[in-house]
Amino acid sequence: MSKKTVTIKAFRFNAETDYLPYYKKYEMEVGKDELILDLLNRIKWEHDGSFSYRRSCRHGICGACGIKVNGKATLSCKQNAMELVELFGDELVFEPQSQKRAVKDMIIDKGDFWEKHAAVKPFVEADVEPHPTSETKMSKEQVENFLDADYCIQCGACHYACPALEVNSDYLGPAAFAAAYRFTVDPRDDAGRERLEITSELGTGVWDCVKCFECAEACPKDVNPIEKITKLHNMQFEQGVAKRNVATKHAEGFVRSIKKFGYLDEQDIVLYSEGLGVVKHLSEAFKMIKAGKVHPFDIAKKKMPRSKNLDEIQKLIEISQKNEL
Amino acid sequence: MSQLKYALYTGCTARESTPELLSSTLAVAKKLGIKIVLLDEASCCGASHLQDFDEFLSLVLNARNICYAEKLDLPMITICNTCQLNTVMTKERLDNDPEMKAKVNEKLAEVGLEYKGTSSVRHFLYALIDDYGLENISEKVEVPLSHFNIAPFYGCHNLRPSHIHYKHNNPLSDEEVGEGGGESSIQEVELMEKYTHESPYAPTSLDNLIEALEGNSVDYESKNKCCGFHVDLQAPETSNALSGTALLDAIDNDADLMVTPCPLCQLNMDLKQDSAGKQLGRDIELPVLHMPQMIALALGCSKEEIGLKFNVTKATDLM
Repeated sequence: MSKKTVTIKAFRFNAETDYLPYYKKYEMEVGKDELILDLLNRIKWEHDGSFSYRRSCRHGICGACGIKVNGKATLSCKQNAMELVELFGDELVFEPQSQKRAVKDMIIDKGDFWEKHAAVKPFVEADVEPHPTSETKMSKEQVENFLDADYCIQCGACHYACPALEVNSDYLGPAAFAAAYRFTVDPRDDAGRERLEITSELGTGVWDCVKCFECAEACPKDVNPIEKITKLHNMQFEQGVAKRNVATKHAEGFVRSIKKFGYLDEQDIVLYSEGLGVVKHLSEAFKMIKAGKVHPFDIAKKKMPRSKNLDEIQKLIEISQKNEL
Repeated sequence: MSQLKYALYTGCTARESTPELLSSTLAVAKKLGIKIVLLDEASCCGASHLQDFDEFLSLVLNARNICYAEKLDLPMITICNTCQLNTVMTKERLDNDPEMKAKVNEKLAEVGLEYKGTSSVRHFLYALIDDYGLENISEKVEVPLSHFNIAPFYGCHNLRPSHIHYKHNNPLSDEEVGEGGGESSIQEVELMEKYTHESPYAPTSLDNLIEALEGNSVDYESKNKCCGFHVDLQAPETSNALSGTALLDAIDNDADLMVTPCPLCQLNMDLKQDSAGKQLGRDIELPVLHMPQMIALALGCSKEEIGLKFNVTKATDLM
C-alpha cells in the first residue's frame, strides 16, 4: 500500500508555437518517497520528452525547480509528492510559478524577478582596503540578525505568490525586500540608507505590501519575507528616512488615535492620512452614512467609544514609543 | 457540555463602523448559551500598521490587552482576523523571547500589569467549531440557509502564516498555553501536521460551518486570497483589483452572498463594490455578511441583532 495512482494535470504551453496554453493529464503510480521533481522527470522520461522544466542541484540550493502544485508554491526537489496527494487528493495540478510569464510548460521568464532583485543592491557595498591587515569581525547577534534572510535561494516562490505584485508590476516584491534587509543590517555595508530610500517609495516599495503572508507561506527556506518587510518599515522611521505621505501618516496615525481613545478613530485616520486627498473617499462616506454605519454628526461631536482605563494606555505610549515621523 | 465562557476582544471595527458584527456575535453567543465577557479595557491591536511604525509599542499595547483576559482567567476570543493575528504574533514573540517579555513587562509594571502568557487567543470561528461543535450548532438551526449559495471568504490573517494558525487557533490543553515551544520548533512541524487544523491552500472551516447551517457552500478559487484592505489608502488600485477579482469569482460561481470572519475583509468587499467594478469593467453586486451575521440568520435571531440594514450592499432581502 505504499504506492498510489495519481493523475497529474500539467500546464502545457510553448510560446513559440501555441496560441493558448492547455492541460494534459498523466497517470502514474507514486511511491511514498518520491519528490515532485521525480514526477516531473517521469513525465518527461516516461510520457513526453518535450515536457520542459528547470532543474539543477536537486538539493534545495539552486532555486531552479520552483513550480506551483494546486496553487501552492513548491520547490520540486524538496517537496514529497505523497504529502501533497494527502493535502489535495489524487489529482495534482502542475503549473508554472506565473502563467503569464510562461515560456515553455513549467519554464517562465524570470526577468522581472532578477531586475527587481538587482534594484535593491543585493550585495555588500563597502570601501575595503586592498590589503587589509585584519579581518572584519561580526558578533553572533549581528550575524543572527540576517542569517535567516541569507538563506534565500532566489527561487521566486514568494515573488510569484505575491498578489500585490500580480496586480502592480512596479512593486519590487518580497524577495527583493528580504535581500534589501539582509544587506542593510550587515555591519560591513554602507548602502543601507540608499536601500531604505529605494524601498520606501510609494508604488514600488514596502508600503504597497498587502500583508497577506503569502510570501511567508510560500518560502521553502523559512526566510519569512514579510517579517523583513515589517523591519524595513520600522527602520525607515528609526533612521529618519520615512517621508510624510499617506502611507507613513496612516501608520503613525494609529498612535494619535489610540492616545485619544484607545480605539482607532476610523474616520480621523482617513482624514489625517489623506489630507486633501480625502475627497476621493466621499462617495464611500455617503454610502456608510446611508447604511447608518457612521453618523454625519459624529465627526463634530466625537461620539467615539473609549477604552476603559485609557490613562494606562496613554502612559504606556508615553514610556514605550520609540519612533517618530 | 459545561458552559463555555470567553473574554471577547472586539477590536475597533465592531465598536464603530460594523456595529452589526458585535450585535450578531453577542446574539449568537446568547442563543448557544456561551458566556461572553467584553474586554472593555482593550485598545486597538494596531492592525499591522502600528507594527510598521513602532514594533515595540505594538507589542506593549497588545500584551496589555491579553493581560486583561489573563486577569479574568479566561481564554480570549477575537472576531477580527487582523486582531487575531496581531494578538497571537505578540503572544508568540513574548512566550518565546524571555528578554523581550521582560522588556515589555517592565513597561506594563508601570501601570500595575504583568503579561504571563496564561490565556489562549483564538478566533470565534474556531472556538465555535472546536469547543461548541458544528453538530451542536446544527441542532440549533431554526431557519436553514438551504436556499442560499454562500461563498466563504476566509481572510488572510486566520490562515497565514500556517505555523501560527496551527499553534494558536487550535484547541490546546491548558498546560500547552503559554509554555511556548519556540517558533522554530513549530516551523519544523511536518507540512501535513501544520495543515491538519486548517490548510491555507484548501481551508474547510467556513465551508463546514455553512453546511452545518444547511447552506450550500460555493467552491471558488479566491476563497483563501487577499482582499487588499491594508493598502486601500496608498494603493487603491491594488485593493480594488484584489477585492473585485474575488467578488467576481464568487459571483461567477453562482454565489448569492459572501460570508467572512474578518470585518476588514467585510468592509473592503462590501463598501468598495462600485469602485472595484468600475476598475474591472463589470458590475459587482453581492451581499457580504460577517460570519456571526450568517449564523444569527440561521439561528433565528432578531432583525435588530443581525443588523443587515448596516450592510452597504443591500442584504436586507436575505431575511
